[in-house]
Amino acid sequence: MPRVTFREERCKGCELCKHFCPKGIIEMAGHINAMGFHPATVVDAESCTGCATCARMCPDIVIEVEKEEKKVG
Amino acid sequence: MKKVFTRPKSLKDMPFHYCPGCTHGIVHRLVAEVIDEMGIFDRAIAVAPVGCSVFCYEYFDCDAYQASHGRAPAVATGIKRVLPDRVVFTYQGDGDMAAIGTGEVVHAAARGEKFTVIFINNAIYAMTGGQMAPTTLLGQVTTTTPYGRSREVNGCPVRMSEMLSVLDGSAYIARVSVHDPPNVARAKRAIRKAFEVQEAGLGFTMVEVLSSCPTNWGLSPLKALKWLEENMIPYYPLGEYKKPAEVG
Repeated sequence: MPRVTFREERCKGCELCKHFCPKGIIEMAGHINAMGFHPATVVDAESCTGCATCARMCPDIVIEVEKEEKKVG
Repeated sequence: MKKVFTRPKSLKDMPFHYCPGCTHGIVHRLVAEVIDEMGIFDRAIAVAPVGCSVFCYEYFDCDAYQASHGRAPAVATGIKRVLPDRVVFTYQGDGDMAAIGTGEVVHAAARGEKFTVIFINNAIYAMTGGQMAPTTLLGQVTTTTPYGRSREVNGCPVRMSEMLSVLDGSAYIARVSVHDPPNVARAKRAIRKAFEVQEAGLGFTMVEVLSSCPTNWGLSPLKALKWLEENMIPYYPLGEYKKPAEVG
């Protein structure tokens, strides 16, 4: 299963990742980070396909995406 | 687990000072990814402008020089002529390049200087508080055009890509946008192509990136991208305005 990690302290809460996520699984957290923004977070990690669209639209490079390596043979 | 997306090595691990939703961060990342992918990290030299992106020398981990307002193309000319084996690029906004630095960029392009300009067009002077720039659209409200930019009083917006593409010295001129994921991918391809044309020594290269300024446009980051798509792209059509026959 792909793993997507958010560096919460860097998030400025612009919501671009939330809008562009094709699965609609990113929401803004209820709490605020040290900068005073509601950071983005994944609410349904099971549905994540690891497409990294969120990461490509994030202006602050908050998001890192990891995927299982495909086994050959 | 394999990382399919992570921070490019050419960008220092520090937070950007840009406003929430500002697309400068996306363009910084694209440039850094291209530097990483082409393996030119130790040969790249950035020239920073004056404007919001004045601190880009702090973010790019390569060598950098901070030029006076609008003079980045003149500085880049000097660097590239002294060190022709380096990959030199300037990173300039519209207030920097299309207003005070018009003379520098036009003549650098006319001379066919072999460096790359990354031109961020957000239709406003952002750092100084949202005044009208030469690229501000007709009817657009800014702090110096409170009733909207008027054709009679302020003239019409300048299309830099079209202007520079007719000069013989320019080799690759493209206009791209970063308002959605497919366009971000296209923008990266254009930046890569510009760097490759520079490496081939074919002439002046520029990539104009249509960018959003949620703070000074007075819109949310999402609405700003929508505004860009609906208002800026019709006036500033996307595409490659000039490309050498050598590259596809």
